Amino acid sequence: MTSQPLLTVNDLTVEYWARRGKVRAVEGISFSIGKSETLGIVGESGCGKSTLGLSLIRLVPYPGRIVKGKISLKGRDVLKFSKSQMQNLRGKEISYVFQDPMTSLNPVKKIGAHFVELIRAHEPKVSEKEAVVRTRKLLKDVGIQSERIGDYPHQLSGGMRQRIMIALAIALNPSLVIADEPTTALDVIVQAKILDLLNALRDAYGMALVLITHDLSIVLERSDRIIVMYAGHMVEYARSEDIFKNPQHPYTQGLLKAIPNVELDEQTLNAIAGSPPDLLNLPKGCRFWPRCYCAKERCREKEPPLTNTEPDHYVRCGKYEEGE
Amino acid sequence: MCGAASTKKASRLSQATILQVEHLKKYFPVEKGFLEKMLTRSRRFVRAVDDVSFSVRKGEVFTLAGESGCGKTTTGKLIVRLVTPTSGRILFNDVDIVKTKHEELRVLRRRMQIIFQDPYASFNPRMRIGDAVGHPLEILGLAKGEEKKERVLKMLDRVGLAPPEQFVELYPHQLSGGQRQRAAMARSLILDPEFIVADEPVSMIDVSLRTTIIDLMLDLRRELGLTYLFITHDLAIAKYISDRIAIMYLGRIVEMGDKHEIFSRPMHPYTQALLLAIPVPNPERKRRMIELRGEVPSAIDIPRGCRFRTRCPCEQDTCKQEEPELVPVSPGHFVACHSAKES
Repeated sequence: MTSQPLLTVNDLTVEYWARRGKVRAVEGISFSIGKSETLGIVGESGCGKSTLGLSLIRLVPYPGRIVKGKISLKGRDVLKFSKSQMQNLRGKEISYVFQDPMTSLNPVKKIGAHFVELIRAHEPKVSEKEAVVRTRKLLKDVGIQSERIGDYPHQLSGGMRQRIMIALAIALNPSLVIADEPTTALDVIVQAKILDLLNALRDAYGMALVLITHDLSIVLERSDRIIVMYAGHMVEYARSEDIFKNPQHPYTQGLLKAIPNVELDEQTLNAIAGSPPDLLNLPKGCRFWPRCYCAKERCREKEPPLTNTEPDHYVRCGKYEEGE
Repeated sequence: MCGAASTKKASRLSQATILQVEHLKKYFPVEKGFLEKMLTRSRRFVRAVDDVSFSVRKGEVFTLAGESGCGKTTTGKLIVRLVTPTSGRILFNDVDIVKTKHEELRVLRRRMQIIFQDPYASFNPRMRIGDAVGHPLEILGLAKGEEKKERVLKMLDRVGLAPPEQFVELYPHQLSGGQRQRAAMARSLILDPEFIVADEPVSMIDVSLRTTIIDLMLDLRRELGLTYLFITHDLAIAKYISDRIAIMYLGRIVEMGDKHEIFSRPMHPYTQALLLAIPVPNPERKRRMIELRGEVPSAIDIPRGCRFRTRCPCEQDTCKQEEPELVPVSPGHFVACHSAKES
């Protein structure tokens, strides 16, 4: 890991105001990303992983709000940025690849126009001609023939559209790219190619990557460090190898036992009992205790703090609480 | 406990065939615009399922796997006769069901059922779970009143929706995804079928709950003597649940065999590429890939000769001329590839 982290997040909390009450979709999240590092954020639907991703570029949709915490990018406090500063930051320093490439491109605009608009919005001095030249190079970088610059989005396949989204994300050479389920809508061969592409670009451009997905296999294979989220909390945060070899949170352990591995000949899969809680109606104490195999009395009473169990390994579980 | 009993089940398999599919085809006509209609006579077709043959043995889990658009779902729908085939035969317990109509079809549906991918869309939002699960009994006039209620409660309890008295009263939106998929299973099992087509039954369910649904399917198979045709794009799950697997590409089966055989000795270049592309939950694994050129061609313009040749890393001259047949390379292992035959 590099000495000065690129992005540091501290105690980030995001709330949605629903009719039935306040929902803390993301609570007390702290982590940091170094240059050229891949951070995987994994969790099931509704665990807050997308909200967390969106909050990093302050795009949490209404009625969501960041109510607490600090996000600092290269030492600057992003939450104190003005609207125009934020606009300048998005795309240029942090860019986002959304899950659905079908709906993130404008259907009545040619592929090239998306790029020219983006480049010239951030760099008004660049001429249209120059922007087109840069677009052709970007398309080549993501493995699309530059002739496709005049195509409309509907003329491209899902995989190609996702490549376009990635090219748009790296167009301004950002230092951080957040990819939210970039391959969920894609087939397995295309998925592998897109993930390879993201890795290659990360190395070539020296950018950091946040990979948000529900697929633990993908983050284990592709990231340096992993955040496991459950019901808005970060329950485990460690290097991929440690998550794999020494998972400490019962939820992480359960997930690892629930996913099939094609490389194993015989495998016993075990589900985690129960289902994720309703965020409006969280259990008292640890959020995972109703599903936990080793829940104790104290787990039902007190919410466990995030504990540093080993170097670079954090767990939110009562078992590891200090003084135990 | 829940878990994969998949090894032991091979021995329990009988050799009796429950379903035999022969040269099944489904061509969907392509809608033409007004001008095109006036100017051209030729009709074009999407060859969604293009000459598929396989058989399913009683008591096994047979999986159709492949990427989106390969025709796996259409094949499943053809078999339960939700879509009418263009040609081919479907023998269910030795009776050709392709020409079955009306009343006979209703009787047939008691014996074969389908579970759909999306548990959110497959329930009427205004029907209580109890009514939805009991509906098939009513439609077929098999039970009503107290008897129907009794059977619904029993079935809900069996699929793990306990206490059933409570679930009977609920509406679909009050159930979680996993519970809804259980209810969908109850609805298809209430008619006491022998054969179930399960079309991506777990792909919309969270990882931590998937296994419970799969294990429930396997338990029910044992208990009720069911046979499954399992349809999935997820080969890791296919490996966990199936006895035999058929890999489809552009409307055809390119490789078929025992799951251990398919995973340990894949012969078709497409299967090989597919298997290597699956993410493996292990950070230390070195990723190998087979580079496939381009993308899946359109099912309207399927390449001449071998349909995979436009992307194949080992294309030869024969591949351009002849479409390879699905032939055995070892007992029970079939491959449709010119190079695999020679080796």
